[in-house]
Amino acid sequence: MQIQGTKLFTKALKEEAVDMIFVYPGACNIDLFDALYDEPDIEMILARHEQGLAHAADGYARSSGKVGVCLVTSGPGATNLVTAIATANYDSVPMVCFTGQVATGLIGNDAFQEVDIVGITKSISKYSITVRKREDLGRIIKEAFYIARSGRPGPVVVDLPKDVMLEMGEDRYPDTVSIRGYKPSSGVHMGQIKKAMELLVNAKKPLFLIGGGVNISHARSEFTELANIMQIPVITTILGKGAIPTKNPLFVGNIGMHGSYAANMAASECDVLFSIGTRFNDRITGKITEFASNAKIVHIDVDPASISRNIKVDVPIVADAKEAVKKLLESARTCSTGEWLQQIQAWKEERPLESMVNTAAKSGAYPTPKGIIEAINRQFDSCIMVTDVGQNQMFTTQYLEMDEKKQLLTSGGLGTMGYGLPAAIGAKLANPEENVIMVAGDGGMQMNIQEMATAVAHELPLVLCIFNNGYLGMVKQWQQLFYEKRYSGTCMRYRISCKENCGKPGKECPPYTPDYVKLAESYGANGIRVTDAGDVAQALQTAAKSTKVPTIIEFIIEDDLIVLPMVKSGQAINEMILDC
Amino acid sequence: MKKRWIALYVENEVGVLARIAGLFSGKSFNLESLTVGTTADETISRMTIVVNSNDETFEQIKKQLNRFVEVIKVIDFTNVPIYRKELMFVKIKNCTKEDRNELFHIAQTFHVSVVDYGTNSALVESAQTEERNEELLALLEEEFTSLEVVRGGSVAIESIHKNRYD
Repeated sequence: MQIQGTKLFTKALKEEAVDMIFVYPGACNIDLFDALYDEPDIEMILARHEQGLAHAADGYARSSGKVGVCLVTSGPGATNLVTAIATANYDSVPMVCFTGQVATGLIGNDAFQEVDIVGITKSISKYSITVRKREDLGRIIKEAFYIARSGRPGPVVVDLPKDVMLEMGEDRYPDTVSIRGYKPSSGVHMGQIKKAMELLVNAKKPLFLIGGGVNISHARSEFTELANIMQIPVITTILGKGAIPTKNPLFVGNIGMHGSYAANMAASECDVLFSIGTRFNDRITGKITEFASNAKIVHIDVDPASISRNIKVDVPIVADAKEAVKKLLESARTCSTGEWLQQIQAWKEERPLESMVNTAAKSGAYPTPKGIIEAINRQFDSCIMVTDVGQNQMFTTQYLEMDEKKQLLTSGGLGTMGYGLPAAIGAKLANPEENVIMVAGDGGMQMNIQEMATAVAHELPLVLCIFNNGYLGMVKQWQQLFYEKRYSGTCMRYRISCKENCGKPGKECPPYTPDYVKLAESYGANGIRVTDAGDVAQALQTAAKSTKVPTIIEFIIEDDLIVLPMVKSGQAINEMILDC
Repeated sequence: MKKRWIALYVENEVGVLARIAGLFSGKSFNLESLTVGTTADETISRMTIVVNSNDETFEQIKKQLNRFVEVIKVIDFTNVPIYRKELMFVKIKNCTKEDRNELFHIAQTFHVSVVDYGTNSALVESAQTEERNEELLALLEEEFTSLEVVRGGSVAIESIHKNRYD
């Protein structure tokens, strides 16, 4: 049968089991919106900005394991996706982004709302392609979903010219995919597994370093079993957090620039570093030449290009984390790591995280980030925690307790401010029964604040925690430590009436804008302001009771807080700033 | 740092060349030359890529190329006997009668041809390895004052017998 391209598009979505699509309409995708009007099984989520909808699709995908699907128009609709595509690409999130495009005859003419979005996204997507012929439409959509979700997952951009979508053609949607240039690796090389196992068993100071790959491949319980049997301590990246329950005695902490003292020391002292699903990014390794310099390194990753890229690896294993861990389990046995575990315990006791809270946090009556996250730990047994980027993210990843009932969504690789709110919306839409808690700074919250309307429209009772210190805190922290307290462009209270670069906020400072409580109310959401540490739990309880309305809780926190420990950019990770 | 050759089979589609070239700029890989043309199967193009890199970077380049959906096969020509040639045209301008005599001597010695000829100019065609072309060019630059040069970049193919490298 002959059908229009738009009809094949909706058919393809149904075949791919897409139940939700994140959208914004415009001239070049209006025909697709018209086709979606007849499809009650595909729920449209109309965001308020394309960046917001794409982060929401990302949150939906990370929290459900399904592909997040976006539909936007050409030109600015497409370019507004760019940050979110790059965010998903860095953190290996499966997405398919459909962009409207001007008719094929107009491509290259600088037509109204024309951009080369395929060219723009080449280096930040897993794959991007324009459908130039109606006969290729079904195959390309099929391939897009396959590429997005297989191997190392990632975002795929499919550009849909208006005339191609209006053209009549075959109604067939393919069942199978065969791409000669794309064959994700499958299986595990048993010889390499054996070698890796030998290294582990013979090590005196073995250490697991776990990245996001273990969470993506849903290998948490298998991995925890492996660590338990072998009695090998575990450190994680922030995306790997939760791979083993944080209360498990083998869990040491996060590694990296704001990792825990014990975790960074362990990485520096271990003799075998067994890493799964991380790419040894610079925030993890610090000075590369001094990273784990005494250790033999094993690296399991599904992406061959991530292996031996930043760190020279002794035993490379290209495999899916879950498959590899299952193979490791077959020959796992208990190692004699008693002394090594004692050493790690000593490091943990020597400098626990709470010993490194700077004086500002100890003095006042304001709520502290530590106190707030601990209250969240107590309030919610089960939740999806979403962070924005900056100090709020680091505090959350330091103090959040995680087990199999908790998930953490955070922009780890790209570090995208403005990620938190829309990603929380996507997570709640994918998991309507789950508590979804977001933590953001006052800076990042404003970057996609317009999505409050989306959250209200879809009656999502999100708990939206803002840590308001009136500053862009992480940058201010660097300025405080390394730039002689020259707070250039980081004060959020600044007004034109201020004295230039006053350097210290005080009672005479202009009022903060916006007023988050009034802002929440104007969106039809609840707003609570907490200025006293004693009111934190109550505010969280109130927010948790809401069933249909999101709640913004604005926590006024001290403005001088510093995330510690901190490894200065370019230093070895065992050279931490512990006090200030 | 070492000079290396890669043969790359890619989908013959719009934008593939841009994607490959973009990899080299985006990741700061040092690209010496890149040539591209279709193969016997017209849905497939073949590129010859010459890079100058150390071992680690070269491994990373191959892996990154392999990652592209449009890349069908990456063949590393390090330690593989290959034939390789680069086409180069050199137009010698403002030359005198003596210059032209000299040019014919050079052409004969280097086994290249003078393919076109005017009253005060001549055109040399050379299909040699790029190292040999470098040498020829250096000599021509020494001997003559005004040159116009166009070089095509290296193409390479695996040899049939084992001990032939150019």
